[in-house]
Amino acid sequence: MYVIVAGGGRIGHYLSRALIDAEHEVLMVEKDRGRADYLAEELGEAVTRGDACEIRTMREIGMERADVVVAVTGDDEDNLVICQMAKLRFRVPRTIAKVNNPENEDIFQRLGIDTTVSSTKIIFNLIEQQIETNEVIPLAPLQRGNIEIVEVDLGADSPILGKRIPQIALPEGALIISIVRDGHAILPNIDVEFRQGDSVIALVSSDKESQIRTVFAGVR
Amino acid sequence: MNVVILGCGRIGSTLAASLDREGHNVSIIDRNSDALRRLRADFSGNKVVGNGIDEAVLRKAGIEKADAFVAVTNGDNTNIMSVQIAKHKFEVKKVVTRIYDPIRACAYRELGIETICTTIIGARIIEDYVKGKDLGPIGEYCALSDDEAVI
Repeated sequence: MYVIVAGGGRIGHYLSRALIDAEHEVLMVEKDRGRADYLAEELGEAVTRGDACEIRTMREIGMERADVVVAVTGDDEDNLVICQMAKLRFRVPRTIAKVNNPENEDIFQRLGIDTTVSSTKIIFNLIEQQIETNEVIPLAPLQRGNIEIVEVDLGADSPILGKRIPQIALPEGALIISIVRDGHAILPNIDVEFRQGDSVIALVSSDKESQIRTVFAGVR
Repeated sequence: MNVVILGCGRIGSTLAASLDREGHNVSIIDRNSDALRRLRADFSGNKVVGNGIDEAVLRKAGIEKADAFVAVTNGDNTNIMSVQIAKHKFEVKKVVTRIYDPIRACAYRELGIETICTTIIGARIIEDYVKGKDLGPIGEYCALSDDEAVI
């Protein structure tokens, strides 16, 4: 795959190195001459100096050939324009943007950026997980976060202990994928009874997360 | 009319003062508080210090009730992003931005954003004049009103 990485900050640097190691064709574009020279010492020809927002640079680096464009500069407005121009002018099939202000994720998605990554949001979610002990733990977001895979550890006060799946009122759109008991995954058939200490892995739409909490952990 | 202007440079401050004098409700944003000092003491509009691509700042400037949003910072990308937030998120009816780069101005016009590329406009007008064409109504645009002219 031909991957263009716009922005030679830390993320751009290590991402390019990882992509090169995985034998992808990589070209990183960095605006600052000093920084570009420094990066070129390690990454060699994979680094070019230029402003990835400029159409001239985009042409020079052969953006029309790119399979993926990744914009990881420190400015959200630059990341947005790089990805939009890549799509509009060069028909790049996949664009990925780093979003520095998590509030901007929504507008990026509305404007057609394929994937957004917000480290602020990821770290925030990790901290939230720590705080909500033995409750609903988000494991992985799917479909841009509209669907989540969550884990619920059943405590002594869970209202569903001793019950089977058909006996509990799951919210619509929620699906139990597996029950992990004593380190073994059990397929969720109708005969399995929930026990204290079980970890229930479920697929749920994000807006139903609080209902899942009520069903599995009881109302606090 | 409620108008939110992003960027208090020469264009932004001139536009803000003019609309304000005509009795419109003007709110102007700049990330640099010094820039807002371009506005004269009799400016009665709302001044907001902050980043124009931050939705909280735009809300503070009253974008939710704006009839028009104008982005005239010196950063093309900031202008492009803010007008798209105004149009698609806050559904402001009239959005317009000044873009220096003719290619970006053209690309975003295709997306339905009114972009005014002063680079092209300036270059073409000067070219016409050099080649002997009459400047026509441009002279009128360029005249300053008594309020604007500082002697």
